[in-house]
Amino acid sequence: MVANGPALRLLPRLDDDNRFFWTSGEDGKLRFLRCRSCENLIHPPAPRCPYCLAEYLVPEVVSGHAIVESFTVNHQQWIPGSDPYIVGLVSMVEQSDIRLTTNLVDIEPEDVHIGMEVEVVFEHNDDVYLPLFGRLRSQA
Amino acid sequence: VTTFGQEPLERRAIISGLGQSAVGRRLGRSDLDLTVEACMRAIDDAGLRREDIDGLSTYPGMGAGTPGFAGPSTPEVQDALRLRLNWHDGGGEGAGQMRAVISACLAVAAGLAKHVLVYRTVTESTAQGDGGRPGIGGGGGGGGGVPRFSGFLQWSLPFGAVSAVNWLALVAQRRMDEFDLTREQLGQIAVNARRNAGLNPLAIYRDPMTLDDYLAQRMISTPLCLFDCDAPCDGSTVVVVSHRDFAPDAPHGACYVNAVGTALRGRASWDQYEDLTSMAARDASASMWERTDLRPSDVDVAQLYDGFSILTMVWLEALGFCGRGESGSFVEGGGNIALDGLLPLNTAGGQLSGGRLHGFGLIHEACLQLRAEGGERQVYRSGGRTPEVAAVANGGGPIAGSLLLTRQPG
Repeated sequence: MVANGPALRLLPRLDDDNRFFWTSGEDGKLRFLRCRSCENLIHPPAPRCPYCLAEYLVPEVVSGHAIVESFTVNHQQWIPGSDPYIVGLVSMVEQSDIRLTTNLVDIEPEDVHIGMEVEVVFEHNDDVYLPLFGRLRSQA
Repeated sequence: VTTFGQEPLERRAIISGLGQSAVGRRLGRSDLDLTVEACMRAIDDAGLRREDIDGLSTYPGMGAGTPGFAGPSTPEVQDALRLRLNWHDGGGEGAGQMRAVISACLAVAAGLAKHVLVYRTVTESTAQGDGGRPGIGGGGGGGGGVPRFSGFLQWSLPFGAVSAVNWLALVAQRRMDEFDLTREQLGQIAVNARRNAGLNPLAIYRDPMTLDDYLAQRMISTPLCLFDCDAPCDGSTVVVVSHRDFAPDAPHGACYVNAVGTALRGRASWDQYEDLTSMAARDASASMWERTDLRPSDVDVAQLYDGFSILTMVWLEALGFCGRGESGSFVEGGGNIALDGLLPLNTAGGQLSGGRLHGFGLIHEACLQLRAEGGERQVYRSGGRTPEVAAVANGGGPIAGSLLLTRQPG
């Protein structure tokens, strides 16, 4: 059995640019900024759309479904007391160049493969909701 | 072509001298002490006096990164040697660690300085002491409030991806899936480095290592094991960058700068770069070849960054020594990258066995090979000639720089 993450979560410092993202999971939904001009999703949050340079960006709910682009099982004790855990790199099904580094949870490494579809599940830590990814709930 | 109709100005620069301090594990000496030692040796090697030095450059300096990483700042070194500088520069942003060399080349080309000491100093082994290699952010714990993180680290640290080995393990796993790269192939980078380190009396790890030894090593972050990670050490490496007009007076001859690779065209991010299997190495390499008529097949010896073995695989493809996705089969069995192979690679043991001198050990070795001062590990090409063209790469991931050096003027 691998763990769902390190023994201690190092958390982001919330600010006006990233707060919407890191607190989005409060209602169980994942959000990214969407450009109202060119319609692209944007990550990480930026003051203008990096695609078309328009200024009007709004957080928008996405499906929370993603594709595993790569993964690794960390064994090194960077954070004392940690059991092995899976770091995943996933891309959003809505837009493949929007990626998140995350943990793949409630799944064993031998059941993970690049290209598999996963779904977001949030882990609440202090004022942060970390987006983690696991098996599709419809298949769980 | 990115030279905009001009001669590439870096071609006005040469590496006229080399210096290295003691290199080892836990030397217990200060970064400034090691740097001054290496500077004195480099000045002497170039046939210069302290008074001739009018430029100073480093990567990164001034307290950057984890303990033992940054090396002394340029003001400290300037004061320790009481240099009278016309130009000085330091910092951690740019085309990999060799940004410090590249900016020195441009400074001598612009007439801002005649002779620049360029140094990179690490004391990571002493800083780590008996503890393990730290993750970025330290790992927290111990009460008293765990710090929070902004900037790019916020996107990886919460998930325990706290080291470049985690970020590059994602690259390695992706290459295994996309290109059928195997651990047996990846291990050739480490085995080759150790074989060459055995011929380098100054290397950190010199005991023979087999592919089976590699395969039996403990995992750090799958598929990367301990032997895929470089060996933290203490040491300072210095190159003297001079104007090419000085070449006839350099006692060991000049290593001519033919072209530099500095581009960053994709997203400068560990996890957002569009092609996970290449990243910034692709851009730096492309821009370097745009600045020269030399081709990959002209390269006699390659010193390609091996902070992690997977980066060397990425560089082999990015620099065009083999096709995209073909680095695994290129290194298979180790013959192509051996001292007598098609492309002798990391001939002093690289960072995996020679020690993590953070890019500059590779630059140093490229110059030694061009100067035919490689000792037992000297490369001889067909017909018995010594190398004429050397390629060097630093970094990988979202930061990368490359350098093409020649024994003859370009």
